[in-house]
Amino acid sequence: MSSEIKHHPDATTLVSYAAATLEEPLAAVVASHVAMCPHCRAAIADLEHLGAALMVTMPRGSQEALHKVPRTPAQVARIELARDVADGEKLPVPLAAAYDLTMNRIPWRRLGPGAWHHRLALREKGEGDLRLLRIAPGRTMPDHGHGGSELTLVLDGSYSDVTGKYGRGDVQDVDEGIEHQPVISMGSDCICLIASVRPARFKSLIGRLSQPWTGL
Amino acid sequence: MSDLLLRIAADRSDEAFRSLYEEYGPRIRNFMLRQGADPELAEELAQETLITVWRKAGMYSADKGSATTWIYTIARNLRTDHLRRRRVWQELTEEHAASIPSDDVPADELVDERQRQEKVRAVLKILPPEQIEVVTLAFIDGLAHGEIADRLSLPLGTVKSRIRLAYRKLRDALEDLK
Repeated sequence: MSSEIKHHPDATTLVSYAAATLEEPLAAVVASHVAMCPHCRAAIADLEHLGAALMVTMPRGSQEALHKVPRTPAQVARIELARDVADGEKLPVPLAAAYDLTMNRIPWRRLGPGAWHHRLALREKGEGDLRLLRIAPGRTMPDHGHGGSELTLVLDGSYSDVTGKYGRGDVQDVDEGIEHQPVISMGSDCICLIASVRPARFKSLIGRLSQPWTGL
Repeated sequence: MSDLLLRIAADRSDEAFRSLYEEYGPRIRNFMLRQGADPELAEELAQETLITVWRKAGMYSADKGSATTWIYTIARNLRTDHLRRRRVWQELTEEHAASIPSDDVPADELVDERQRQEKVRAVLKILPPEQIEVVTLAFIDGLAHGEIADRLSLPLGTVKSRIRLAYRKLRDALEDLK
């Protein structure tokens, strides 16, 4: 399965993810892709080596030792992610763990004919938008790029646009100024994880989805 | 360094832990300061990073892991959690294995991360200064690409192309290593 992934995040997106400067919703998409993609997992590992090398070779400020050396580690850092996700679960592990969801337990809300969504809460408010989108076969996804950085990860089914065909595991890393009009492939619903750093963009997407889809 | 972690994992020796503090404490505090922490928080986050190293030393794969990279990912994630107050989506290097289906990577094909870490340091010595500058602003100062462009008064496209060049050089240099 993983060898079929053809579309990966841009190198600059991978760098932002490894340096943890990527906005929260975009980081969620990259983490989900990385969980499915050995190629990008290796790239992230190398970039983490780079971050570490920069950390230990940068000019040191104060050489002064830390003030206290605690004898017994007390506080437990909240940096672990739960990992008990069932085999064969189609929702990527980081996403399933973070939101305690499985693919067949997503509380879809109808957006319009042949379209459903489920919004995922972000810890950092006003940082954009993260949601699962489910579109029926043959439908057109209203175009939703060119409003700032946006990442789409296909979890099930597939879609095509002028840039190619996107199936499970593929990421579309859309920068500003790109026009695209994805069409859902026949056969099954297409389920995507979509992140945007501009909430307003998604409002307009939802606005358009809620209206009758003229011309689709 | 890895010996130090082994000793921490094996006998939880106070002495090993103290060496770890001396070796990494000031560096991590410095990292946190560059990331925008005030001095008090930088001190606390450096402490917490090393406590996490102590707690998790048993997970560290001493034969092939890179201690430095492992410690970096712990520091990075704590900074995301406490300083940015964002949900942490990045894993610690040693936890990558936990999320990979077990049939994905046979044990004898595990990547020698320590060797890769050494190679990365060698690449840093030959990277052009303007490429080192942008990756440092990203990894050490925690700036997004747009913020780097502002800081350097450069077009965003220039910053991105420098980052892509640095990435390409790094990946090419590491390609031969397994």
